[in-house]
Amino acid sequence: MNTEVNLCGIKMKNPVTVASGTFGYGREYSEFIDLNKLGAIITKGTSLKLRPGNPAPRICEVPGGMLNSIGLQNPGVEYFAEFDLPWLRKFDTKIIVNACGSTIEEYVDLCRILNKLDIDGVELNLSCPNVKAGCLAFGTTYQGVKEVTSQVRKVLTDKPLIVKLTPNVTDITEPAKGAEDAGADGVSGINTLLGMKIDIDKRRPVLANNTGGFSGPGVKSVGVRMVYQMSKAVKIPILGMGGITCGEDAIEYMLAGATAVSIGSGNFADPEVSIKTIDGIEKYMKKHNIEDISSIIGTVQMN
Amino acid sequence: MGVKVKCELLKKEMLVDGIYKFSVKAPEIAKNAKPGQFLEIKVSETGEPFLRRPISIFNIDGETIEFIFQVKGRGTELLSKIEEGKQIDIIGPLGFGTYKVQEYKNVAIIGGGIGIYPLYELTKELKGKANLNVYLGFRDKSLVTCEKDFEAIGLNKLVVTTDDGSYKEKGFAIDFMKKDIEEHMVDMIFACGPLPMLKAVRAYAIENNIPCQISLEERMGCGIGACLGCAVKVISGKEPRYGHVCKEGPVFNAKDVEI
Ligand SMILES: Cc1cc2nc3c(=O)[nH]c(=O)nc-3n(C[C@H](O)[C@H](O)[C@H](O)COP(=O)(O)OP(=O)(O)OC[C@H]3O[C@@H](n4cnc5c(N)ncnc54)[C@H](O)[C@@H]3O)c2cc1C
Ligand SMILES: Cc1cc2nc3c(=O)[nH]c(=O)nc-3n(C[C@H](O)[C@H](O)[C@H](O)COP(=O)(O)O)c2cc1C
Ligand code: FES
Repeated sequence: MNTEVNLCGIKMKNPVTVASGTFGYGREYSEFIDLNKLGAIITKGTSLKLRPGNPAPRICEVPGGMLNSIGLQNPGVEYFAEFDLPWLRKFDTKIIVNACGSTIEEYVDLCRILNKLDIDGVELNLSCPNVKAGCLAFGTTYQGVKEVTSQVRKVLTDKPLIVKLTPNVTDITEPAKGAEDAGADGVSGINTLLGMKIDIDKRRPVLANNTGGFSGPGVKSVGVRMVYQMSKAVKIPILGMGGITCGEDAIEYMLAGATAVSIGSGNFADPEVSIKTIDGIEKYMKKHNIEDISSIIGTVQMN
Repeated sequence: MGVKVKCELLKKEMLVDGIYKFSVKAPEIAKNAKPGQFLEIKVSETGEPFLRRPISIFNIDGETIEFIFQVKGRGTELLSKIEEGKQIDIIGPLGFGTYKVQEYKNVAIIGGGIGIYPLYELTKELKGKANLNVYLGFRDKSLVTCEKDFEAIGLNKLVVTTDDGSYKEKGFAIDFMKKDIEEHMVDMIFACGPLPMLKAVRAYAIENNIPCQISLEERMGCGIGACLGCAVKVISGKEPRYGHVCKEGPVFNAKDVEI
């Protein structure tokens, strides 16, 4: 039985990765699971310089999952390179850095640094709904995505480049095509869906930032639909995510067209969810006599 | 650091209407737990509600951990329905910021409402290490719990207050604490409770230059420091920054955080 997949040049022992921002830089969850078992770790969104993040409350629960407005708090790429990367490298798993910025120059300067680091790939975050500048400003249109991606591509010459897309658009295939046409090696999604929860006693939104990104089991069907649409629109591989909490969920994404998957908020409810998902995929393979997991990618038959 | 374990619910007790005490068998958690630490408890097997619930450790007794919670919303409601003998999925003990147990001279321990629970293990562990003055404030008589537990530790002083005077002293616990401190200085204040109380205690401690440790609450995603959800403004360094209640806390030096 072969669970290996090749995500645009990143050869992973299985298709399961942990989603950016839900797993820090791996240290916390390493107390609960064996990181060596993961296909890849996608780091917390990392920027050129330290970002303080948004005020609290940053999190609230909603039916089907949660909203967050962390605001990309992170210590900056230099700190990451010095303190977290050497530690992460001790594990036998692939390291993909989620890169974020506020301006095209910032993305480019950041990726110039990332290009030289000992990492396996970059996930370009053009889809964070929680910061005022950047991300969403570029991430929603064909032109915007194409512009940032092509600038980044010029400096990110040695690493696979995956562009992470937002579901907060009418047609996700447009930004996906923008990424492909600019030379991205893959696309990923979905990032969170912009939501809001109101405290009816206070007549105010619960989150200090008013709105936040919706994630968790409730977004899964949206994610599966969008991955399917992207897989029909672009030729580059897709890293699928949104609401995955078990092997069956991962399989659904792969049938829809994902080469690999990320597990996000599911880690909070169960720190072992990623390992259980890997086990679940193997169980499915046995049940259906699948020799090679890659053989199921995009094989859903539409009615 | 915490472990994730399935714990048997050994005993369940309703202390007063809507407030439950659970005793669970959790040797792996009990072994390392410190006063002020908390648990992340899974309240449902169906995935709905989605997140775990943070609840403080009330008492560590051999291999048993006790916690006490008030039914507030859907999560604590479901938790309260779990029957004795059933397994509960718990991560703990969590939080590196704990109440510091050491020799003190004279200390004030002040709690309000459900905030009194993490103070019990602390008070127990301080027994014999300090002169213990405990102040417990409640909204009204119907919410008074654990008075006897604190009494049994053997304290220098125990003051129980209700806002409306329906039980014991009428007024706010902090005012009774202040009066006592004016007569007899303390070398540490330990506090946990609703935000207005914590703000008042913090302001008083800073104004009077009294060291003070407070336990904070914030909405949590992971509970272990990975999601950066439970932010609190830390002002101890050169520049303010967001720290995280679940990891650096939940107990902080009062002057180190802005609340
Ligand atoms: C470190 C810590 C220790 C705590 N210790 C205790 C304790 O010993 N006893 C006790 O009764 N309560 C304690 N609480 C508060 C308790 O976590 C909340 O009352 C509980 O999460 C409410 O859940 P719910 O589903 O009933 O309410 P809902 O309002 O339905 O919860 C919705 C969401 O908001 C979160 N939430 C709601 N209120 C709070 C709050 N005050 N703090 C953090 N998150 C909240 C919930 O966890 C959930 O994610 C503690 C909180 C923290 C952060
Ligand atoms: C607390 C939190 C923080 C996140 N931070 C980031 C981030 O820094 N960069 C990013 O690209 N996506 C971030 N995301 C989005 C996730 O990576 C993922 O795309 C989304 O949550 C959907 O997956 P899920 O339903 O499995 O959580 C974050 C999500 C959560 C819940
Ligand atoms: S709850 Fe995730 S960092 Fe504190």
